[in-house]
Amino acid sequence: MDKNRKVHQFKNPVLNWIEFRLPIISYFKKEYGDYPMPKNCNYFWSFGALATITLVTMIVSGIFLAMNYTPHTDMAFDSVERIMRDVNYGWLMRYIHSNGAAFFFIIVYIHIVRAMYFGSYKYPRELNWILGVFIFLLMMATSFLGYTLPWGQMSYWGATVITNLFSAIPFIGEGLKTWLLGDYNVGNATLNRFFALHYVLPFVIFGVVGLHVAAVHVHGSNNPDGIDIKTNNDSVNFFPYMLIKDTVAMCAFGVAISAVIFFGPNLMAEVDNYIPADPLVTPAHIVPNWYLAPFYAILRAVPDKLGGVLLMFGAIVILFVLPWLDRSKVRSCNYRPIYKWFMMGFFVNFFALGYVGMLPAEGLYLLIARVGLLYYFGFFFIITPFVGWIEKPSKLPLSISDVYTKNISPNIGGGEKGIPLPAMQKDTNL
Amino acid sequence: MAKKPNNKRRDFLQLSTLTLGAVGTAAFIWPFLKSMSPAEDTLAAGSTEVDISAIEEGQSITIKWRGKPVFIKKRTKEEIDAAKMVQASDLRDPQDDADRVQKEEWLVLVGVCTHLGCVPLGQKVSDMKGEYDGWYCPCHGSHYDTSGRIRKGPAPKNLDVPPYSFLNDNTIKIG
Repeated sequence: MDKNRKVHQFKNPVLNWIEFRLPIISYFKKEYGDYPMPKNCNYFWSFGALATITLVTMIVSGIFLAMNYTPHTDMAFDSVERIMRDVNYGWLMRYIHSNGAAFFFIIVYIHIVRAMYFGSYKYPRELNWILGVFIFLLMMATSFLGYTLPWGQMSYWGATVITNLFSAIPFIGEGLKTWLLGDYNVGNATLNRFFALHYVLPFVIFGVVGLHVAAVHVHGSNNPDGIDIKTNNDSVNFFPYMLIKDTVAMCAFGVAISAVIFFGPNLMAEVDNYIPADPLVTPAHIVPNWYLAPFYAILRAVPDKLGGVLLMFGAIVILFVLPWLDRSKVRSCNYRPIYKWFMMGFFVNFFALGYVGMLPAEGLYLLIARVGLLYYFGFFFIITPFVGWIEKPSKLPLSISDVYTKNISPNIGGGEKGIPLPAMQKDTNL
Repeated sequence: MAKKPNNKRRDFLQLSTLTLGAVGTAAFIWPFLKSMSPAEDTLAAGSTEVDISAIEEGQSITIKWRGKPVFIKKRTKEEIDAAKMVQASDLRDPQDDADRVQKEEWLVLVGVCTHLGCVPLGQKVSDMKGEYDGWYCPCHGSHYDTSGRIRKGPAPKNLDVPPYSFLNDNTIKIG
């Protein structure tokens, strides 16, 4: 070990005692105290913090739900009803957990939209983006597993449809499906293992989130103008500025989620899931959770089993290589006059896919799903590389501080706020 | 003077130790993976005997076999003719009606759509039966004919025929 290690000195002797043995105090000071945030970051940059808070809320409410839940096909449905009716505040735990899942996806989708629009996935944050997509995948798996647990009709048939996706794989598919289910169809063995995995995966997500945050702290956060911090004038310290800003965002989020939990707790729930699972009757319309609906729409848009499954998983896997499909050196779409519109089109298209994914796959809805599917993959494979090649980006400001001064070329986006900030704001406050 | 280390011997020892470690780890993982496969009691072949004397022509019943729905249908003359008329080579999963039944009025099927595992409609008189008057899967719109063969929609294969035998004229043993 390094005998010459310089130990950080604090006034508090207890902190010094800990710091000498485990330099965790200086780590937190560096990463969450003095960590420089670009001063032009808007409220889109609060969604990472909101996602972390939601993850913790989900884990806590989930642990307390697990104390009263029974993972057995004969008792699961009733145990959930007991949580709702007899367990003290059980209804609150469950509504926090079920609506929290939906809000988790809302937040993460906004977080992804921000990363895409402002080019946060580009050099040098590619690995950060990859970890993020990985978290997204884990979240989808976890929410699917969790949705099975109440053992209602949608739980059962959702689990049946999704696990049958694996049977599309040539040769090994059927065997793989049986192995995953532990039975020839969704049954008690399946419910048991889904519960075990649903319990453990959030902790895996928590670990990957740790890596995700550690990775962003290496090169610092991106910002709406997509340019790097050059001097101290370009940034503010995380504490107290960003902590306070994130707290304001958290308050707004708390109001929104409370409104749903207390006044419309079943707004995003499917009625059929209040019917106990029946292996002999399939509900007329199997509907996925809305947050998985865009991918479900892609699955159904293809008139071939294996093809549909491949494109659905492909729609997620393609995200991993986005940093290499986009050849433009300019990060923020605010400075990309052509790509900006295609990017917004992508968001609208994703929303439309989600909408038709909740409706029966026929007629006009099927047509919309197919057009949406073409645009989804066309955006990644054709538009993104091609526009990056032909587009002439607008002139970038020289530094983040220059965004706020008027004496820059007028064709620059993002400068329209034009708020003159005191140049030495950072130094005057700390 | 110390003897020069015998590198060849050392390499061999290191390599064989690592190999053994890798094989041991793999062997250790196997029981865990295997524990997820269906357990012995699940595998124990279940069979069900069904009394079919009460089924009228054109009627179809659903029974549960190994946790799955099984359709037993007594087909009408028209339905049998419709199933026989089809050229097997025109089908996605080519199969003659004769290969799917033991007695042509009795059609026995596993009632699980071969697309993504939903139970197709068509068992009740009021159900949608699809364009080929057999079964229709509401999940993703697969149409099956009066022999349970896939005719339209995303499903890749015909509805499965489970192993069954006629114990006598009134009883079918499934499984």
